[in-house]
Amino acid sequence: MIVAVDLLAPYDFAFFQRGMVAATLAGALCGVLGVFVVLRGMSYIGHGLSHAVFGGAAASAVMSINFFVGAGIWGVVSGVLIGRIARQKILGADAAIGIVTTASFAGGIALLNRYGQARKSIEAVLFGSVLGVSWLDIIAITAVTLAVFAVVLLAYRSLLYATFDPQVAAVSGERVAFIEVMLMVMLSVTILVTMRVIGTLLISALLVIPAATARMITNSFGRMLLLSPVFGALSCLVGMNLSYHLDTSAGATIILVAAAGFTTTYVLAGRRARLRVASLHHI
Amino acid sequence: MNHEILLRCDALTVAYGASIALENVTMHVRRGEFVGIVGPSGSGKTSLLRALTGTVRAARGSVELANGIRLGYVPQVESVDWNFPITVREVLAMTRTKRRWPTITEEERAEATAVLADLGLAGLEDRHIRELSGGQQQRVFVARAMFAKPDVLVLDEPTSGVDVRTRHEILHLLRDLHSKGSTILLTTHDLNGLASHLPRLVCINREVVADGSPRETLIPEVLERTYGAPLHVLEHGGMPIVLDHDYESSESLRDAERDLRRIRGTSS
Repeated sequence: MIVAVDLLAPYDFAFFQRGMVAATLAGALCGVLGVFVVLRGMSYIGHGLSHAVFGGAAASAVMSINFFVGAGIWGVVSGVLIGRIARQKILGADAAIGIVTTASFAGGIALLNRYGQARKSIEAVLFGSVLGVSWLDIIAITAVTLAVFAVVLLAYRSLLYATFDPQVAAVSGERVAFIEVMLMVMLSVTILVTMRVIGTLLISALLVIPAATARMITNSFGRMLLLSPVFGALSCLVGMNLSYHLDTSAGATIILVAAAGFTTTYVLAGRRARLRVASLHHI
Repeated sequence: MNHEILLRCDALTVAYGASIALENVTMHVRRGEFVGIVGPSGSGKTSLLRALTGTVRAARGSVELANGIRLGYVPQVESVDWNFPITVREVLAMTRTKRRWPTITEEERAEATAVLADLGLAGLEDRHIRELSGGQQQRVFVARAMFAKPDVLVLDEPTSGVDVRTRHEILHLLRDLHSKGSTILLTTHDLNGLASHLPRLVCINREVVADGSPRETLIPEVLERTYGAPLHVLEHGGMPIVLDHDYESSESLRDAERDLRRIRGTSS
C-alpha cells in the first residue's frame, strides 16, 4: 500500500498531470509518424528537422514572437525545402538536410550567444521541459495528434502506396509529390509541438525507436502502425513516472525507457525479428 | 472484339537534360494485344514505358491514352523493397485508394481472394511478401495490378532477375491472362525466354527499329540495328532462337544448331 501511494505521489501535482498528458500524446504522435520516418529511410530528416526548428524557436524567443508561429513557419519551410531539394536531386538528400538544418541550428546558437536573456527558452527547446508545459502546449499537441491521426486514417492507403511503391503509385494516379509534402508538413508540425516536451536533441529517438521496435514484432504495415504509437505512448508514460522517482531528466528517461523496450524486444524476439530491423534503412 | 487503340505515342521524344533517351517514336497498343518492347540496355525501353504511363514528360511529340482507361503497372522485382512490412493482402488493398479507410471491406476481401486464387496464390493472403517464392512474388504484383481492374497491364522487365522456372511461370501466367482478354504491354531484354513467345514485338534503340511478329522482328538485320552487333538467328519448331554468342565461323554456328536440336530433343 505504501508503494502504491508512493507511485501515485507525482499525480498530486498539476504540473505533473499536464506533463504526463503532453508526454503521452507526444509519444503516440511521434510513434505514428515514426512508422513513415523509419520505412522511408527519413530518420536523418527527422533528426535534421528538429535542429532546423531550433533556429526558428531561438528567433521567436529573441524577437518575442509566439513560439508556435515563429518556429512553426520556420519548421514547415525547412521541411518543404529539404523535401524539394532532395526530390529534385539538386544535392544528395543527406547534403541537403545537412546544409539546411545545420545552418538553421547554427543561427539559433548565434542568437543564443548574442541575446543571453533568451537562454532559458532556448534550453527548454533543446533539452525539453515537460514539467513546464502549459495548457496551450497541451491544446497544441492534442490538436496536432488528432489531425495527424485523422490524416493517417483517411489517407491510409495512399500513404501506404506512396511509401511502399512511389513509382507505381504515381502511375496509378496517386499524387506522390503532394503526399511527400504532406508528410514533411506533419513531421515539421509534430516536431514543433513535441520539442518542448522531449527536447530537440532527443526527438528523433522518439520518432525512430518505437517504430523500429514495432517493426521487429510484426510483418504487417497496419499492425506496425497500431503498435508504434502504443510503444511511443508507453515509453513516455513509464519514462515520466521513472523520471519523477529517480529525479532524472524527463526527456532523457523517456528515451532510455524506449531504448530499453527496443533492446528487450531485440533480445527476446529471435533471429528473424532482428533481421527485420536490420533491413530498415538509415537507422 | 473491340480493337480500339488504348495507348498511342506519336513522334515521341524523351530527354533527360541534354541526353536524349528516345527520339521520334510512334507506336500504339490496341485492346487485347500482347506487345513486348525489346532493345538493349539504354535503348529507351523504360523511358518509353514511363512516357506511356505518364511518369515522364515528352520533350516533343505526344502520348495519348484512351478516355478513362486504367493502367495496372507491375514493377521490376528488383525494384521492390522486400523487407517492407507488408502482407500479400495489404499489397492488393493499397490500390483501392478511393476507399481510404484502412480496413478492407467484405466485398474487397472476396475480390482479393478471387484474384489471388486465379493467379495460384490462394491461402497466401496473410504471408509477408518476402516469404514467397520468386514466381509467387512476381504473381503478387500482377495480382495487385489486376485487382485494380486495369485496361492495360504494363510490366517492366518481368523476367529480370528471376530464375528459369520463375520465367516459365511468368510466361504461362501472362499468356493465360492474354487469352482471357487482358491487354498486356511489357519491356524485356529476354529475347528467347520471353520476347520470341509474344505475338508482337517493338524493337527500339532510341527509335523504333521494327514493329511486328517475332518472325518479322527477330531477324539478323533488325537485331543488328537494334543491338548494334551481329546476332545469329536459328529457327526451331517455327520459333526464332537468337544466339547471342559471337560465332566466328559457319562451322561453329552449325555446332550451335546441332546443340540446340539436341537440347530441344531432350527437353521434348
